[in-house]
Amino acid sequence: MSTPFYVSPQQAMADRAEYARKGIARGRSVVVLTYADGIAFVAENTSRALHKVSEIYDKIAFAAVGRYNEFENLRIGGVRYADLRGYSYDRADVTARGLANVYAQTLGTIFSSVGEKPYEVELIVAEVGRSAEDDQIYRLTPDGSVVDEKNSVVVGGNADSIGTYLSQRHRVGMSLAEALKVAVESLARDPNGGTPRTLTPDQLEVAVLDRARPQQRKFKRILGAQLGRLLDGEEEAAEDSDGAEGAAGAAGPEETAGEA
Amino acid sequence: MEANTRGTGRLPAAFLTPGSSSFIDFLAEQSPDLLPGRRALPAGLTVEAPHGTTIVAAVFAGGVVLAGDRRATMGNVIAQRDIEKVFPADEYSAVGIAGTAGLAVEMVRLFQLELEHYEKIEGTTLSLEGKANRLTTMIRGNLGMAMQGLAVVPMFAGYDLDLGRGRIFTYDVTGGRSEERSFAATGSGSVFARGSMKKLYRPDLTADQAATLVVQALYDAADDDSATGGPDLARRIFPIVGLITEEGFHRLSEEEVTRIAVSVTDGRRNQPDGPQAPLL
Repeated sequence: MSTPFYVSPQQAMADRAEYARKGIARGRSVVVLTYADGIAFVAENTSRALHKVSEIYDKIAFAAVGRYNEFENLRIGGVRYADLRGYSYDRADVTARGLANVYAQTLGTIFSSVGEKPYEVELIVAEVGRSAEDDQIYRLTPDGSVVDEKNSVVVGGNADSIGTYLSQRHRVGMSLAEALKVAVESLARDPNGGTPRTLTPDQLEVAVLDRARPQQRKFKRILGAQLGRLLDGEEEAAEDSDGAEGAAGAAGPEETAGEA
Repeated sequence: MEANTRGTGRLPAAFLTPGSSSFIDFLAEQSPDLLPGRRALPAGLTVEAPHGTTIVAAVFAGGVVLAGDRRATMGNVIAQRDIEKVFPADEYSAVGIAGTAGLAVEMVRLFQLELEHYEKIEGTTLSLEGKANRLTTMIRGNLGMAMQGLAVVPMFAGYDLDLGRGRIFTYDVTGGRSEERSFAATGSGSVFARGSMKKLYRPDLTADQAATLVVQALYDAADDDSATGGPDLARRIFPIVGLITEEGFHRLSEEEVTRIAVSVTDGRRNQPDGPQAPLL
């Protein structure tokens, strides 16, 4: 019998992290950013049926990049966790923080267990609050770390360059149309500095957690014609008159700060 | 490997196992004690618990209306005057409950979750027929308790998006399901409500007329059945009326129901037995 090579724990973990990172970097990115009435999710995804962004519970949504079977598994686990918790206690007791913790534990255990290969996924769990200050966005990496994000976040290939571009252009209290435009621009950029691509609505998967929605379930997909109108800016006028109060309230302080 | 699933806060294996899209099936595996029908009761014992009474429904041109009175009784005592017995099941369907209130409300909660869970997992909704069948299974699961006096008899109504019309399903205590063409009633006052609707119903009703029809039927049920509550003018407690159309479920606002209920009660001052159908 041959003697097994000694591999230091540092090296073993670094190898696993590298393996997971490479898997994730192959996929297209998902952008998550806040706007006046909630949180928007934008992904490059031509499939109508295989989603990268999904509803988990009333105010909680899930976005993922990486291996489809792995994040789909985690998504279903999350829905089961949330529904079971809400049924045993109350709907209000299901929180993004709780879900992020469970995901962190799950990913972390898989990552450090010798018998399993690490998951090649990066997740976002977001919860829309009653006001913009209460919005929560958590990013989870394959090793089970949780990062509490503010305003905007990107996961997937080119996440760094897209993220930098996005954070420079994101403002608190943007309208949905503005937010979507910035998100699509950031996804369409060429990381090597070439000319940006053009992304049409049918190449995009867009969903929102909209706190202004009267229903208990705040998650909504934005599809086809409506998405086209929002990206063309035609709906901006209607949008403004609809949510004038919320948008003005949130944009106000930002503008004064800018002028001062 | 086993050590990984214990004491780590990691999602248990059952959560990550591909399988059924049904929340009830998942619950049966994961925490069967939370299922309403799984509780063993000592044989031969009867329990007294508040009962809900009359639910009525009627199909109209653009959809279906489902309404319930507000009384819960325990024996000859009124247990609650403002109980709600009509609930949206999902966006395009609603369920009304008669029978043991505690179990029925729990069954509705589980049914709502079952539909929502399926929708989230599968990314699409169940057909109306599928939803009605799912409810059958749940009632059947309660049969043991029903035989000990804790029966739940719901009524299910929804807008069938494929067929473009409203539909009503009624159940018996064993889970026997039947579809009703135009109107239906369940619960202790149902005999009187059905008689009332039989005389007043027309297939070409508008939504507003259909809402008036079901309030008239509930009035007649309360008139002859002591367990059904009539419009409570002093406390301003009126029936709950839900309309389901192509636009989805919409519960009539308090003002709308008050207007209908007050006009029905006003009419009864001059004509206590209500509107009369022609003899021939």
